[in-house]
Amino acid sequence: MFGYVVRKLIHTAFVAFGVVTLVFVALRMSGDPASTMLPGEASVEELTALRKTLGLDRSLGVQYARFLVDAVRGDFGVSFRHQQDALPLVLERLPATLELAFAALLLAVVVALPLGILAALHRGRIVDVLAMGFAVVGQATPYFWMGLMLILVVSVELAWLPTSGRGGMAYLILPAVTLGTHFAAVLARLTRTTMLETLTQNYVTTARAKGLGEGTVILAHALRNAAVPVVTLIALQFGTLLGGAVVTETIFAWPGVGRLAVQSIFVRDYPVVQASVFVLALTFVAINLMVDLLYGVLDPRIRHE
Amino acid sequence: MNRRLRWPLLLPAGLVVLALVAAVLAPWIAPASPTTGDLAARLKPPAWEKGGSPHRLLGSDLLGRDVLSRLLWGARVSLSIALLATILGMVVGSAVGLIAGYYRGPVDEVLTKLIDVQLAFPFVLLAISVIAVAGPSITVLVVVLAVGSWVSHARIVRGLALSLREREYVQAARAMGAGNARILARHLLPEVTSVILILATFDVGRIIILESTLSFLGLGVQPPMASWGSDLRDAAVYIRRAWWTAAFPGLAIMVVVLGVNLLGDALRDAFDPRTVGSRAR
Repeated sequence: MFGYVVRKLIHTAFVAFGVVTLVFVALRMSGDPASTMLPGEASVEELTALRKTLGLDRSLGVQYARFLVDAVRGDFGVSFRHQQDALPLVLERLPATLELAFAALLLAVVVALPLGILAALHRGRIVDVLAMGFAVVGQATPYFWMGLMLILVVSVELAWLPTSGRGGMAYLILPAVTLGTHFAAVLARLTRTTMLETLTQNYVTTARAKGLGEGTVILAHALRNAAVPVVTLIALQFGTLLGGAVVTETIFAWPGVGRLAVQSIFVRDYPVVQASVFVLALTFVAINLMVDLLYGVLDPRIRHE
Repeated sequence: MNRRLRWPLLLPAGLVVLALVAAVLAPWIAPASPTTGDLAARLKPPAWEKGGSPHRLLGSDLLGRDVLSRLLWGARVSLSIALLATILGMVVGSAVGLIAGYYRGPVDEVLTKLIDVQLAFPFVLLAISVIAVAGPSITVLVVVLAVGSWVSHARIVRGLALSLREREYVQAARAMGAGNARILARHLLPEVTSVILILATFDVGRIIILESTLSFLGLGVQPPMASWGSDLRDAAVYIRRAWWTAAFPGLAIMVVVLGVNLLGDALRDAFDPRTVGSRAR
């Protein structure tokens, strides 16, 4: 297990380095940050001065080296709008984003696993058709529209839940449903497929033959072995979930990193955009590391590979 | 036509064709202009609601523009962007995947690492970082969406090319003196075409949603141009007063994406023997 953990840590360090490089490429190659930061009526002198302060007059290699050093030190510059360091500003918002993402994840798992298992057990029957109908429609529904319709029906028409902000449970429900539905749809489909595959395996037949109850057979034998692809999907989809959080936060005025990033784009608060993208990307990398380590626990074959 | 293909293909294909017809014919079938509104008829409800008129089947928005007309023109904008981006991503991704898988070596190693890193990066964040600097425009949008979709093509085509290059018929072609370019174009490409097209079908659905998401955030198609996503951005502001401005563009996205995804499922079941096998079990 120790060797496995070390291998995974090295891999993660590599991916994190790659992600930092990708952020650099995306931010520096797509235009001139100085002209993005200044209003349209800024003079050429002002532009040149800002380029100099930002180090944009240096060669790309030097810029990249500086970018790496700054990233490691967590120094992304000062937010224009809030007049304080960008990184703490973003980190302050991170718990809200994580709360939303994990609530959505939890909701999706709680809904999708039973749905997928039921669909697999009653293959071709009405439960299966309904579950997969939900999954197919859920996959085709964009987050933001789902959110708008929930606000319209649940908050405006029925006045059951608040439309925006962060507070207790009541505030969390609609954003979590909005963010979790798409994920639940994808997860339900995968759970069904994987369960169908494991249910035909010999060890399941053996478990039945030795007289185990159907519940034990499904939960302890079939589901345990279906867990690896399911966990893989959860990890892969977490990135989509963070992206979806950006949209969901915007609709529900949820005070998270995503909303901050989008707002900052419009007021040209470049350091904050940069820090937000960074923090979210590294969060994703960290989650993936955790999932990789979890694999080792779930599947002994992987850690001894 | 293959018998397996028939009914699961017809319904989604119908939806997709409907959307395409709307997109192509929008200038002729739209009842009103999508951009100039009738300010005397602002926020009018759909025809079947109280206060609605048969001239405005789906009602009007805050500027008195006909919702149905904007929906049709929106199909034109959203679908052309999605198709362009899909094709761009497909061509680049497949070409890179074929070359990397066929030649192997350092090119392949760099590519595999690049794919790993990009897969580790949430797409919306990548889009935000690029658009934050480059500014929102259709060109930027298409390029960003293509950047988001080329990876899956590259990864899968590379895997296929890796195994195909060892096949006997490829070896035979090489023994007969065929050059690399000829082998790639005449022997590998035809083998991977069906997989590429199935992948691209799913991509269209994914990209329609991504485009509308970016446009909804204000980072994609800019008003007054009609796009389903940017129309929803406006509609979100006065959703309490006019539900129809928010309901229909979203419904349009959902129906089209549903059609495209089901079409992809049907094509995969028909052409990919592995999934067909697993279903038959």
